[in-house]
Amino acid sequence: MKVSLHVNGKAEEVEIADPSTPLLYVLRDNLQLHGPRFGCGLGQCGACMVHIDGRATFSCVMPVTAVGDRKVTTLEGLMTDGKPGKLQQAFIDEEAAQCGYCISGMVMQAQALLNKTPNPTDEQIRRHMEPNLCRCGTHVAIMRAIKRAAVA
Amino acid sequence: MNVHLKPSRRDILKGTGALVVAFSLTPPSEALAFVGDAAIGKPVALDQVDTFLAVDDKGLVTVYSGKVDLGTGIRIGIQQIVAEELDVPLANVSTIEGDTTLTPDQGPTFGSLSIQSGGMQIRQAAATARSALLDQAAQRLGVAKDDLTVADGIITAKSGGGRVTYAELIGGKNFSLKLDPAAPAKNPADYKIVGKPVPRRDIPEKLTGKFTYMQDFRLPGMLHGSVVRPPTLGATLQSVDENSVKDIPGFVKIVREGNFLAVVTETEWAAVRAAREIKASWSNSDTLPDQAKLWDHVRATKIVGNDVTSNIGDSAAAMAADGKKLKATYDFAIHTHGSIGPSCAVAEFKDGKLTCWSASQATHNLRKQLAQMMSMPLDDVRCIYVDGAGCYGRNGHEDAAGDATLLAKLVGKPVRVQWSRADEHGWDPKGPPTLIDMRANIDASGNITAWEGDFFIPQGAAGMVDLVAATLSNRPADNKLSPGGIVNDSAIGYKIPNIKTVCRRLETTPFRPSWIRAPGRMQNTFANESFLDEIAAAINVDPLELRVKYTDPADKRGLEVLDRLAKVAKWEKRPSPRKDATGNVVQGRGVSYVKYELVRTYVGLVADVEVDRTSGDVRVKKIYVVHDCGQIINPNGVRAQIEGNVIQTVSRTMKEEIMFDRGMITSLDWASYPILRFSELPELVIELIDRPTEKPWGAGEPTSALVSSAIANAIFDATGARVRSVPFKPEKVKAALRST
Repeated sequence: MKVSLHVNGKAEEVEIADPSTPLLYVLRDNLQLHGPRFGCGLGQCGACMVHIDGRATFSCVMPVTAVGDRKVTTLEGLMTDGKPGKLQQAFIDEEAAQCGYCISGMVMQAQALLNKTPNPTDEQIRRHMEPNLCRCGTHVAIMRAIKRAAVA
Repeated sequence: MNVHLKPSRRDILKGTGALVVAFSLTPPSEALAFVGDAAIGKPVALDQVDTFLAVDDKGLVTVYSGKVDLGTGIRIGIQQIVAEELDVPLANVSTIEGDTTLTPDQGPTFGSLSIQSGGMQIRQAAATARSALLDQAAQRLGVAKDDLTVADGIITAKSGGGRVTYAELIGGKNFSLKLDPAAPAKNPADYKIVGKPVPRRDIPEKLTGKFTYMQDFRLPGMLHGSVVRPPTLGATLQSVDENSVKDIPGFVKIVREGNFLAVVTETEWAAVRAAREIKASWSNSDTLPDQAKLWDHVRATKIVGNDVTSNIGDSAAAMAADGKKLKATYDFAIHTHGSIGPSCAVAEFKDGKLTCWSASQATHNLRKQLAQMMSMPLDDVRCIYVDGAGCYGRNGHEDAAGDATLLAKLVGKPVRVQWSRADEHGWDPKGPPTLIDMRANIDASGNITAWEGDFFIPQGAAGMVDLVAATLSNRPADNKLSPGGIVNDSAIGYKIPNIKTVCRRLETTPFRPSWIRAPGRMQNTFANESFLDEIAAAINVDPLELRVKYTDPADKRGLEVLDRLAKVAKWEKRPSPRKDATGNVVQGRGVSYVKYELVRTYVGLVADVEVDRTSGDVRVKKIYVVHDCGQIINPNGVRAQIEGNVIQTVSRTMKEEIMFDRGMITSLDWASYPILRFSELPELVIELIDRPTEKPWGAGEPTSALVSSAIANAIFDATGARVRSVPFKPEKVKAALRST
């Protein structure tokens, strides 16, 4: 079946065999967007996070057929003219990644916060980032990056 | 797009001055042909310069590293070492890692040894190469060798101004030179690149979705495989309902060999669904002990060997003498590695030869294991490292490689295996349960006269952890336990006159064991550094002062770490527990110290905690670390490793514990095996001691060895209650509070 999607500012049409396919696999395999990543398939870790109409959402548990005409943004969609967005650049400047597997989800979650609250307190950042897991222990660097983007 | 991901030297060299190793997007045939060329005459023996380094006709340098970057930043560190030693621009150095055809076997990437051991082998290769190039240049320019200087890969004669480039001397040719262990390395006073916080090259790609992880790797014509796990460990497959999954779109076939049951599909999602929905029946198997009596089980397990790790003086006699006797038992729960990206691998058989791509930390060992499992000659197996999610030890990457290999063989096509979250939590090898008995005697003057420790840990060393696929399919495997070097740091460095520490090696352990960050060192140091604190309290002495008292006065670096730790943490000299704590929520601080494995990296750590006496909740507020790993190659890298060590180990100490019933692990997701979240993050203060003229030592593990004991000691300081069982869950803290 064909599914129409709006991803990173572009209209896309993808062919899928199984209507239960989560959005994550369509983004990764049909659209070659490797920002969102498979971490648990359960909506428990945040590695797959994308924005759907601006809201940070677990793409691993969202069937692609349920997206409809809502706008999907991935890590790649935060770039402008091939350049990293402000928050991405802050993560780069702070070297806020070790293995980096969680980092796309971290950026998407943090961007959703900054969109609503441009200058969050530490407490607001911690509370907002609570759903996202990192195993390398990059959290403090991630906090620094978010604050750097907030004040920049 | 099918990305055939393999670092191709040609592509790297093509990217003049490019900062990143380019991955070839060529079809496999072309790529493999290229690799065939590269393999000719490319030695991997550890005594050859060409094993480690190549310089092309533009002067670009390729490093061949057996140590791989597991997300720790060692890639840029090793590039800094090479650029420094050769005097070439850092941007001209790129790396190929963990490819059994192209890179040497420098041992698995574990044990905090990548820079200390792997990096130093490569430094020596570079020093040898530099010296040889200067010899050639001296001859060509007709000047004395010591009249030459090098900058940016250009050798210039100080007198006369003659010049020649590395590219002109060696470009595209082999050095054909034995690595000279005595080749003079550069004087650290002249360093321009080593010691600098040079940014990692992978991070911008990781922040923009351009980075290719193992999980992103695809081959043309590749199928997806998923292994259907037995519901209990040791269960036997009885029957499979072939019809239960045949209607899943993209389903290809069911594969079965012994108890190895798998589904193969055209898409990843179909594999997920088929593995979930397949109907199979298995025998019952209850092989596990009752978790509520785990420590009784460990104590009752047959001891098959006693490794005496220190025996100083006569501890038995000293224990029998008059004095204040102290004893305590500590235990440390079973942990999983908990990679955020579940393990993944791709395998392909072509002309009878196997190529396997994975994020293995030990591709040379994996190669042996795959050859063994498939009963193939070693020469017909090639394993290639591709960066994956962090593994923190031997997690499931090798097992996914085993799964993919067996499936590729059985279906005759390349197969990718992506483990599920439940695969990773349930089937990666585990950090074994550790039980430790400590005893001490203290004389009338408050001196520790005897120290004894018994460490109940599984037998085995850091060998090869059997592949799940080999076990399930009944194919050849070593059938040995390989928990890692877990006897390390059972011995202590403190100057106590009578010491005996013995590792009681157990015949079995409930789960397939392996190493997880600071294996053994973490558990053993938890007991040692907690017990030392118990002694300090028993004799009413400040715990940091006691550590200073028992540190060898000649060990200036150790004493400096302790001194600087006291300053940075504003350590208030007094015995624990504090006497002035009032109210329901109380604060405390605890210290811990180690000279890792008695011979390398020094770390001192102070934890500030807050304990809720009613709920038993412990909040780790702040952690101070003073760290001396000798010469620092990249301070950003060292700092990131310390941050990671602390945060990961706060998580392990406060929260983590595998849960299981008599048949299987039941904590198969992040809800049942929670790890630290942002709200629980401590504040970190890190002080690095850089010693450019000393050897560089490891930073990937040592700090983690201290976290559990420092927190336990801080809880004691706050409350007078001693927690001796990791993790420090609220119910355990409440029980400890009740017993004080």
